[in-house]
Amino acid sequence: MSVDLQTVKRVARLARIAVSEEDAERMTGELNAILGFVSQLNEVDVSGVEPMTSVTPMEMKKRQDVVTDGNKAADIVANAPATEENFFLVPKVVE
Amino acid sequence: MSDLTQLTISQARARLRGKEITATEITEAYLAAIDRANPALNAYVAVTGDKARDMARASDARLVKGEGRALEGIPLGIKDLFGTEGVHTQACSHVLDGFKPRYESTVTANLWADGAVMLGKLNMDEFAMGSSNETSYYGPVINPWRRSRLDTVVMPTTHQGDGGFVSAGGTKTARTLDNAQLVPGGSSGGSATAVSAFLCAGATATDTGGSIRQPAAFTGTVGIKPTYGRCSRWGIVAFASSLDQAGPIARDVRDAAILLGSMASVDAKDTTSVDRPVPDYEAAIGKPIKGMKVGIPKEYRVDGMPEEIEALWQKGIAWLRDAGAEIVDISLPHTKYALPAYYIVAPAEASSNLARYDGVRYGLRVPGKDIVDMYEKTRAAGFGREVKRRIMIGTYVLSAGYYDAYYLQAQKVRNLIKRDFENVFAAGVDVILTPATPSAAFGIADEDMAADPVKMYLNDIFTVTVNMAGLPGIAVPAGLDAKGLPLGLQLIGRPFDEETLFQTAAVIEQAAGTFQPQKWW
Repeated sequence: MSVDLQTVKRVARLARIAVSEEDAERMTGELNAILGFVSQLNEVDVSGVEPMTSVTPMEMKKRQDVVTDGNKAADIVANAPATEENFFLVPKVVE
Repeated sequence: MSDLTQLTISQARARLRGKEITATEITEAYLAAIDRANPALNAYVAVTGDKARDMARASDARLVKGEGRALEGIPLGIKDLFGTEGVHTQACSHVLDGFKPRYESTVTANLWADGAVMLGKLNMDEFAMGSSNETSYYGPVINPWRRSRLDTVVMPTTHQGDGGFVSAGGTKTARTLDNAQLVPGGSSGGSATAVSAFLCAGATATDTGGSIRQPAAFTGTVGIKPTYGRCSRWGIVAFASSLDQAGPIARDVRDAAILLGSMASVDAKDTTSVDRPVPDYEAAIGKPIKGMKVGIPKEYRVDGMPEEIEALWQKGIAWLRDAGAEIVDISLPHTKYALPAYYIVAPAEASSNLARYDGVRYGLRVPGKDIVDMYEKTRAAGFGREVKRRIMIGTYVLSAGYYDAYYLQAQKVRNLIKRDFENVFAAGVDVILTPATPSAAFGIADEDMAADPVKMYLNDIFTVTVNMAGLPGIAVPAGLDAKGLPLGLQLIGRPFDEETLFQTAAVIEQAAGTFQPQKWW
């Protein structure tokens, strides 16, 4: 399988990365090189093999359903590019 | 005072406890060394001198009272991927511009709780994606090792002074350094360079496909990636969560054991942290390996591998056999599929993990005409080429219509890779010996690798299988190539059997010795 310019632009949109025409053309070549490399996986017989879900056989640990943390609004917004009264500021999303 | 930087962690620990030196003295020695060397090597992206001095003073207060902890007063470098409270933490990416977390990663918190001193944050490939440390927003790290030519110098017969002392003449050999700058490997290139060039006593690093072991091999240092689940991932910037593990890079096997013993823990904040007590890794060093079964996988003999790597591997086999180990040929039939499967699984997880860099909560924001435009512009400006490439691959393989063909297939192959190892261990093999890398360190801005991303990816061909199977692996220096560059061997162990890795690596180290670059910086 290989990708064309239109697919690359669509994937860039899905990934929320702005690409110029020139970027998209370069990426098409690079992505096809990588997809060509990974295509050798198709020759592996995987019939009856389960996909891996956990590399270590273990039960997911569950913690007690109790409050252990909180009251850290100032810490949470401390690194944000734009805030107001402990809220993140973003461009208008609802008219 | 500068020779204090030459001490290994175990040597420094003994002298600190014996009150022969102070934590302040050794910390100042490292800070001075960093000051002199960093413009040439670019290993540190942030130096925390004030914090280091405060921590050293606190260590000295404890040492005076004889209350030193496991790493009391030992100055360490921290990879920029680890969250360090109030200190530069940017995964060497532009998108995390100015980020200073309000929390401390579990691994670094463990080190400070044992008395270690933080010297600063170390350079790395952006988001740990790379094998040469050239994708960092802060520029490449330079390997302290350079190629050299072995010259035979004819010694003239000389007469000295009135006593008529005569030197007999004859020949001696000397290495002449080449000027070409080499990469230290990646992604933990800053960690490997800093340890190798005596800019810290030891360093933290992380390994998703070989990012501890490949740079360790390129710089003549020891690096261990522990079993998945041994070190907490909490507070470490995520790349591919099912593969990422933290581990140390150190000057010798003992130092690596000391550091891992402190970094590893059971942590309720990481659901994949495994409930097993941390053993005394250092105690494994020096134990005989007589009767140990060492597997030699035939699939690790790849086309185009330099003769010197094969010769080094044979030397390693001979050393272990001489120490009483039983050498057995083994097969890991799915080895060649590990790298292609990795380049589906890792980018898929990365595309998901890196979705959080949106210009809203932290780091860079590039304004746009609406919120989507802001996301797209921020991510376009904030991520470097390699990171974008991997996000794009990951987004593609997870997108509707391609998920089964790529991602599901890769996860099935991953199970087969793991099964290969399980079969070998079930047959009684204790440890597996392989080369660490398919070559020695290469040049900065290598044209072949720049032209073809897959060529760069092939650096991890011997290390990536270990991440795919969640196993522990250690890279230990084993010799120099004809150009005087270090080469490493890798040992792969059973899950949570890091002790056998330290025990066996120590035997290789004993036979091969340790290696230091000739200083040019």
